[in-house]
Amino acid sequence: MRTTVPVVIAFLSGLVLAVSIFFRPDKTIIGQLEPELLVWVTIIGGFTLFLGAVSITRVNFNAVQRRKKGWGYSLLTLISVFVMALPSLLPSTWSPLFGDAEGSIYDWLFQYLDKPMMATMFGMLAFYIASAAYRAFRARSAEATILLLTATLVMLWRVPMGEAFLRSIHTALPEWINTYVMNGVNMAVQRGIIIGAALGAASMSLRIILGIERTYMGKG
Amino acid sequence: MLKNSKIIPILITAFFLFLFLTVEPVLARDSEESAFRTERINALVLVLVFSAAVLLYTRWAKQGKTLFVRKIPGIDAVEEAVGRATEMGKPVLFIPGLQELDDIETIAAISILGRVARITAQYETPLLVPVRYPLVLAAGQEVVEQAYTELGKRDAYNRDIVRYVAGEQMAFTSTVNGMMMRERPAANIFMGAFFAESLLLAETGNAAGSIQIAGTARPEQLPFFIAACDYTLMGEELYAASSYLSKEPLMLGGLKGQDFIKIIIVILILIGVILVSFNVGGWYYKLFEMA
Repeated sequence: MRTTVPVVIAFLSGLVLAVSIFFRPDKTIIGQLEPELLVWVTIIGGFTLFLGAVSITRVNFNAVQRRKKGWGYSLLTLISVFVMALPSLLPSTWSPLFGDAEGSIYDWLFQYLDKPMMATMFGMLAFYIASAAYRAFRARSAEATILLLTATLVMLWRVPMGEAFLRSIHTALPEWINTYVMNGVNMAVQRGIIIGAALGAASMSLRIILGIERTYMGKG
Repeated sequence: MLKNSKIIPILITAFFLFLFLTVEPVLARDSEESAFRTERINALVLVLVFSAAVLLYTRWAKQGKTLFVRKIPGIDAVEEAVGRATEMGKPVLFIPGLQELDDIETIAAISILGRVARITAQYETPLLVPVRYPLVLAAGQEVVEQAYTELGKRDAYNRDIVRYVAGEQMAFTSTVNGMMMRERPAANIFMGAFFAESLLLAETGNAAGSIQIAGTARPEQLPFFIAACDYTLMGEELYAASSYLSKEPLMLGGLKGQDFIKIIIVILILIGVILVSFNVGGWYYKLFEMA
């Protein structure tokens, strides 16, 4: 029973979504089921947010209680979760500081703490790219040397000064890079990967719909 | 109780009966515009051919026919990575991507998690699985618990192996990066859908000295993983990983069916290239257009 019911649900949901794209939503019930099922997913996702809150609280509370390595971060996480969540859950009619409108505690924390921290993390990506590029572009083999040369050409082409330099060698050089490197070799490889991935996804969907693949629910 | 194999044909019949009953009256009432999207018939043909190929190869696999599947070093390395973690007495970190459970890449990642959890349960290696969405949390906990229970290691299972860390992309990344630097996992396994954080995670893991295996179907993130990880599963290999690790002929049949369709697509592309080169490919191109 624990296996059969989820397999049946997966089969029906998968089949309905696969078949519904071939029918007009305004003319058939089956055509209307796709958007309907996607709304269900959103609703179920909303309910499960409670599970996430329980998990984050339990893991961090245990870490603080047992003074695990880095327990200070766990304490900070717990404080942040509740300081951010509780005022936003209280009705704004009680105080303008509650709720999530402009000027509320939630809004202030989001605008002046959360957003700058996210931007900082994102900004650090530039340094990570530099260190990864250094490793990837070291000309240790023929392939790595080709990669280094191609990347140098593409990088030059992408910046105005580099493009001017390339044009000084040959006026059509930037167009050649665009045509043969980006829209040629690069595009062909990307499409190959995309076609393979799409077939892989379709094959996996079929295995799930037919109940052959059941590892995603802990079986098999 | 009916077995799954008997239920599926009954459900297919019931489904098409339902389809017939709902579509036919509409077609009879309004014959000007069909309820069926005739402009998508090419996609339907492809779906039917693809399904037939996968089912045929699965059937052959069921009958005991030997199917050759090429070696995928990235997947073979999973066991090696867990073995290394066991020797070092350090945990294995598994990240099932940053997408919701309705994304097929996340489902593939959860399937791989089930296989990895079986190996970590067998060797009693600590496993850490931070997730971004509560639905993935629920599915991940179920899969890991089942793996530990099936191997008789229920006592080693801890509900907090799979844990929710943050819903925000960069908050999730910074938490996991902190986890990597503090816990120093021996192996990091990144499977599923990743975005800008792919390099932030993989470079931190590299700096922490972990053996790293990544798998994603997103071509724009592949270069980052290739640069920073020891092994990378590209595109379809991510979806094949679960079947490959299971080593079950029934699952491998699906992979062979997929390969067969790939050959057909390559032939169709070559025909297209020849026709377009001679400037007579207009009609052929239209065959593959989908509204």
